Amino acid sequence: MTAVIDFQGVTRRDAGLVRLDALDLQVSEGEVLALLGHNGAGKTTTMHLILGLLSPSAGRVAVLGGAPDGADAEALRRRLGYLPENVSFYEQLSGREVLDYFARLKRVDRGQVGDLLDRVGLGHAAHRRVKTYSKGMRQRLGLAQALLGDPRLLLLDEPTTGLDPAATRDFYDTVRGLRDRGCTVLLSSHVLPGVEPYIDRALILGGGRRLALGSLEALREEAALPVTLRVRGAAGGLAERLADWDDPRIEVSALNGHEVTLTVPPDAKLAVLRRITDTAGVEDIDLLPPTLEHLYTHFSAERLPEQRGAAE
Amino acid sequence: MNAILTIAGKEFRDGLRNRWVLAIALVLAFLAVGIAWFGAAASGGLGFTSLATTLVSLATLAVFLIPLIALLLAYDAVVGEQEAGTLLLLLTYPISRTQLLLGKFLGHGLILGAATALGFSIAGAVIAMAAKGVALGELAAGMGLLVGSSILLGWVFIAFAYLISVWVSEKARAAGLALVVWFLFVLVFDLGLLALLVSVERGGDWLPWLLLLNPTECFRLINLAGFEAARSYSGLTAIAEGGAFRPAMVTAILVAWIAVPLGLALLRFRRRAA
Repeated sequence: MTAVIDFQGVTRRDAGLVRLDALDLQVSEGEVLALLGHNGAGKTTTMHLILGLLSPSAGRVAVLGGAPDGADAEALRRRLGYLPENVSFYEQLSGREVLDYFARLKRVDRGQVGDLLDRVGLGHAAHRRVKTYSKGMRQRLGLAQALLGDPRLLLLDEPTTGLDPAATRDFYDTVRGLRDRGCTVLLSSHVLPGVEPYIDRALILGGGRRLALGSLEALREEAALPVTLRVRGAAGGLAERLADWDDPRIEVSALNGHEVTLTVPPDAKLAVLRRITDTAGVEDIDLLPPTLEHLYTHFSAERLPEQRGAAE
Repeated sequence: MNAILTIAGKEFRDGLRNRWVLAIALVLAFLAVGIAWFGAAASGGLGFTSLATTLVSLATLAVFLIPLIALLLAYDAVVGEQEAGTLLLLLTYPISRTQLLLGKFLGHGLILGAATALGFSIAGAVIAMAAKGVALGELAAGMGLLVGSSILLGWVFIAFAYLISVWVSEKARAAGLALVVWFLFVLVFDLGLLALLVSVERGGDWLPWLLLLNPTECFRLINLAGFEAARSYSGLTAIAEGGAFRPAMVTAILVAWIAVPLGLALLRFRRRAA
């Protein structure tokens, strides 16, 4: 399968500042990739390079088989959808007029404007001025804008900032629907909770460098972060019965009389589980694998110690 | 081409919707009628005096107002969209930066053109109806020239506004610079030229050429030279006569005053980072 996005040793320098440092990245068709990192980690620079708003200082960028800053940029841009961070649309226009304007500029069929507004749940507000829209409604209008013309590649910069949890879930459901239709999606975020079920791979950036790249499974394996086990049982002696372990890496803390939390390295997980199930009085076990947030913190801290706090 | 028209159409509709067109037209019509009516106030009279005086007064009004209106209309054309975040989005669309800026120019140019034509037409109609013994043909010709040259003058300052708008990164700064440009071209230049004229005793053949360095003076030259009877009221511009100062020539120079800043704005806009 050909890569929709292909970065080969891409470096971008701005006035002596290295925004992106020799990044290699291949994203294939129909993949959802999350771009994670602190402010100034290079997320937005990466997006701008893909959009052709910036040219690489060194290396090669190919998007949908062409150079986004080259001669075929115009044809390429008709197959891209982009939702920038913090966009406030023309306040004096209605949602429908805004979308109509962008549809004309993208030279796509304006018949889809109504459908798109319905799809993002703005059908009822289509004729109201954008001025009266809430933050979430504006964000959804932005998404509708990005979806104009059925793009092959969708770039979403901090798409869920300012959305409430229900709206965030709706948003990600839309993204999943798009992926199922073969659209490649790149979304940058520093708001991590909720994104996990919807992404195929994550790219963790720090100081312009690639800290980690892979599926959640692969990242968990690579990080070898401990698994958290929460054990509940009948009151009395549960903590004592689970206190002694041969493996020094296992940490035990008792929350209260009938709840104990164990932090267990992944390779010892099964052995620990076996012993717990054999322990008298145990009624319930919760197994909590490291979340994306843990992984993100782990990779940021481990691979970028000298830059902590330096990035903006 | 299509993209240019789309953008121009949006700008023009914005201009209608936020009542720029109406406001400019009404201000111009109101002031023009007022000037025509109180034209004789200086000599102690009231009412319409002569067509020549009126046209010269209207040209003077236009010299002050049109550049100011044009600058206010267009100073945030680029920097405003940049602050709103829509510029970044537009730049990822399949349109070129040249198309974007030219589309905006066309839209803003139409707003100013429609408003100026409407405003001065209202004034002309009022004068034609209310003043006695005015030659309608001459009035129409004079007003036509005034409207045409006013529109050109407006476009010059829209081009200046764009140059400012692509250069700075804050709206407030653009507004400040727009006022500076207005102040320099409309007020300071005249004073400087006057001072020079008085201080240069001999020679000074080159002085009239300095007029061409200011689009507002070009505008005055067109209007005063284009109307025979206005000659005696032409004031400072009286130093320029014949040769390169024929209306057609000055008009060409005014057009160049549109093309150069607009061209510079385009160059700058295409080169700058997003």
